[in-house]
Amino acid sequence: MDTTYQWLARFAQSAGLLYFVGIFLAVCLYAFWPSNKARFEEAARTPLQDD
Amino acid sequence: MATTGNPIRQATTGEIAGMALAAVAFLGLLLIAAKTEHGAYAFHAIVGMAAALGTVFLIANRCFKPDTGPAPQEIDGRPNYNMDPVKFGTIAALFWGIAGFTVGLIIALQLAFPVLNFDLPWINFGRLRPLHTSAVIFAFGGNVLIATSFYVVQRTSRARLAGNLSPWFVVLGYNLFIVIAGTGYLLGITQGKEYAEPEWYADLWLTIVWVTYLLVFMLTLAKRKEPHIYVANWFYLAFIVTIAVLHLGNNLALPVSIFSPKSYIVWSGVQDAMFQWWYGHNAVGFFLTAGFLAIMYYFVPKRANRPVYSYRLSIIHFWALIFIYIWAGPHHLHYTALPDWAQTLGMTFSIMLWMPSWGGMINGIMTLSGAWDKLRTDPVLRLMVVSLAFYGMSTFEGPLMSIKAVNSLSHYTDWTIGHVHSGALGWVAYISFGAIYCLVPWLWNRKELYSLKLVNWHFWVSTLGIVLYISAMWVSGILQGLMWRAYTSLGFLEYSFIETVAAMHPFYVIRALGGALFLAGALIMVFNVWMTIRSGEPESAQDHAPLQPRLVPAE
Repeated sequence: MDTTYQWLARFAQSAGLLYFVGIFLAVCLYAFWPSNKARFEEAARTPLQDD
Repeated sequence: MATTGNPIRQATTGEIAGMALAAVAFLGLLLIAAKTEHGAYAFHAIVGMAAALGTVFLIANRCFKPDTGPAPQEIDGRPNYNMDPVKFGTIAALFWGIAGFTVGLIIALQLAFPVLNFDLPWINFGRLRPLHTSAVIFAFGGNVLIATSFYVVQRTSRARLAGNLSPWFVVLGYNLFIVIAGTGYLLGITQGKEYAEPEWYADLWLTIVWVTYLLVFMLTLAKRKEPHIYVANWFYLAFIVTIAVLHLGNNLALPVSIFSPKSYIVWSGVQDAMFQWWYGHNAVGFFLTAGFLAIMYYFVPKRANRPVYSYRLSIIHFWALIFIYIWAGPHHLHYTALPDWAQTLGMTFSIMLWMPSWGGMINGIMTLSGAWDKLRTDPVLRLMVVSLAFYGMSTFEGPLMSIKAVNSLSHYTDWTIGHVHSGALGWVAYISFGAIYCLVPWLWNRKELYSLKLVNWHFWVSTLGIVLYISAMWVSGILQGLMWRAYTSLGFLEYSFIETVAAMHPFYVIRALGGALFLAGALIMVFNVWMTIRSGEPESAQDHAPLQPRLVPAE
């Protein structure tokens, strides 16, 4: 049992860390990518534009 | 004019299918009602039969009315929004809100004065408590979420809601689920899982309704005219998808027989506990947080007439929130049979949740930057901004309480109840009230609410109620926790359990008073909404184009 736990803990602490940091970096890159700026600003105005 | 004789038009394929399904369901339910030995279950079968009969009538009746055929997607080049299900959901939310707050007040009084249980099984605390939680979370909150999501997805997609019957199926079917669940608790039908009390047949029905909800929402998004899916819709989508997954996972139960309301869950022991709190905490995360953040992302910018403070922040905190929330459940099982590492994992993710939560709060509150003066003049906006303040406060308190050392004091005490209510009353209910105050004039084409002064009264009366409630529960919870862990110099427990119960009494009375004030505020709101719909000044055509251009029947 101990070895299973240790294996799982090692896996969670390495792969899990990379997984979460990777996702976070990808989201940040998407959010801050310069060419997306105009699209996001337009999207932010969606509720205010009346049809 | 009463129409008799031949229908005005042929039923569509969907209408015929709907009537056929309802008729088949009627026969199946009749069989169950006749064969079951369980009275309450037979009653539910009869409720279902009445609903099926009503469905056949309502659908058939459409064919006799001139303007209920498949509605055009656009009229004069503008989207022909389908707002009737939204109106129904809004009114249903008000009804269930009052019902849920009233039951909450009753059980608060029962805790302070146990004689109010009247020794009757149907209204004792054990049965009324799930009625209260389900009524406020799923009936009030759920109707607010369905109504606002159908409103927001149409307005931000500039497209009519997908489907003809299905939006109605979602709102009416959901409310039927509420009736089945609520009456079941009173009659003693429960699977004993917190926030997942309804038995297998109610769960199956909710699954059908929920999948239809997801389809209506996604198909509406699919035909949007806007290039970008607005952030509020992302939050709604996360809410709908995750609730479906949680509901299925936590309700994988096998019924004893189709003629019995009783079922057994496939998991057992600590696995079941883990599944239950994976479900329970993510119901908080995706029902009460993501769904209501969606409301915030549409209604706060709309009411303040300013774009959201940072769209980038909304993207980052959205993904952070949904990836982290799903892991936080084990903090409900500290110091139990759950493996220690899983408890620590739940605690760690709960602490990390603080940041994405505050991302939402900051984004909402800062949307007002440059327009702070509106807080003074617009009590509806004030309700929503205070809701964000409560959101920030309870999402700070939550991670704090998930820390094992703090949890060893707070768990099983009234501190938890206080924490839940600062989130539920302060955040969920307040942002819902704000959304309803915005929606009602928009839906019924009124210039403004009947009275902003009454909104102001609602705000102050219920804020006082919340403050009384949560401060009473903080004091009583910490007192309770400290009394439970107090030892004498000889190593004996210092207080008997009944002494700790007696010590709670004054705080229970204060809490009931807070609840009464909150209910009073909600009644003021219902009156205000009623007067707005009944006698509000209609919006003139020059101010604002009407939401739904009236159809003229063809000659």
